Amino acid sequence: MESKPAILKILDGLTVILLVVATGLVFFYAPEEAVMGQVQRVFYFHVAAGWVGMLGFLVAAVAGIIYLRSGRHNWDIVGLSAVEIGMIFAFINIVTGSIWARPIWNTWWTWDPRLTTATIMELIYAAYLMLRQGIEDADRRARFGAVYAIVGFLSVPLTFFSARLFRTIHPVVIGTNQPGAEGSFDMTPRMLQTFLFSLLTFTFIFADLLWHRIRLGKLAEKVEQLKLREV
Amino acid sequence: MLFQLLHDAPAETTGYMIAGYTVIFGLMLAYLVSLVLRRRNLEQDLEVLEDLEKKD
Repeated sequence: MESKPAILKILDGLTVILLVVATGLVFFYAPEEAVMGQVQRVFYFHVAAGWVGMLGFLVAAVAGIIYLRSGRHNWDIVGLSAVEIGMIFAFINIVTGSIWARPIWNTWWTWDPRLTTATIMELIYAAYLMLRQGIEDADRRARFGAVYAIVGFLSVPLTFFSARLFRTIHPVVIGTNQPGAEGSFDMTPRMLQTFLFSLLTFTFIFADLLWHRIRLGKLAEKVEQLKLREV
Repeated sequence: MLFQLLHDAPAETTGYMIAGYTVIFGLMLAYLVSLVLRRRNLEQDLEVLEDLEKKD
C-alpha cells in the first residue's frame, strides 16, 4: 500500500489551519454588514467556492489539452479529479447563493443571467461525469473526457462575465457594479482582508483535495488493471 | 430614539447565515468522507486481487 507523501501531510495540516483561521476571520474579524446583517458573511465562502469551481474546470481543460498532446493517462485522472472537485464547489456556490438571495432578493431563485449560466455550467460538468460512465474503453473515455473538458470550459468565462455583460441583479464584487444589482455593498478593509484570505484558503483546499483525488484515481486504475488481468 | 435604533439596525438574517455555513461545511465534509470511503474500498479490493494473483 502506498504511504502518504510527507508534503501532502504538510499540505493537509496547513489547509486545516488556514480553514480554521479563515472561519475565525469570517465570524470574529469581519464586521457585520450594515443593511443585510449576518447573512452577508456567507459572501466570503460563497465567492471562494465559486472560484474553486471555476479553477477546477480550468485545470480540467488544461489537463485535457496536455492529455491530447501527450496521450498520458495520468492527465485523464487529473482532469476527472478536477471536474469532480469543481462540481462540488460550484454546487456549494449555487446553494449558498440561493440561501443568501432569500432574505435579500426575497426569493430562493430567479432566472437571472448569472444564476442561469452557473446552473448551465454545473449541468455541463454533471453530463461530463455521466457520459464518461457510459464509455467502456479507457482510451476512448480519456479522449472524450479531454475534448469535453476543453469545449465545456467555454461555459466558465460565460458564467464569470455574465454579471458584467448582461443586465442582472447579481452584484459584482470586482469592478463596476450594475445599477440594478441587489445586495451589493462596499467592502471595508477588514471585509477585503477576510475575502482575500478566504480565496487563498479555498485555493489550498482545492490543491489538497486534488492531490488526494488524483491518488485515488491512480489507485482505482491499478485495481482496474488487476481485475482485467484476473479476467 | 427607539424607532431610530430599530430602523437603522441591520436585517435579522442570522438563520440564513447558519444555513449557508451548514451547507458549506456539510458538503465539504461529505466529499471528504466519500474520498476516505472510496479509498478504503479500493485498498480492500487491491488486497484481495493481490492475494488472488499470488495464489495463481
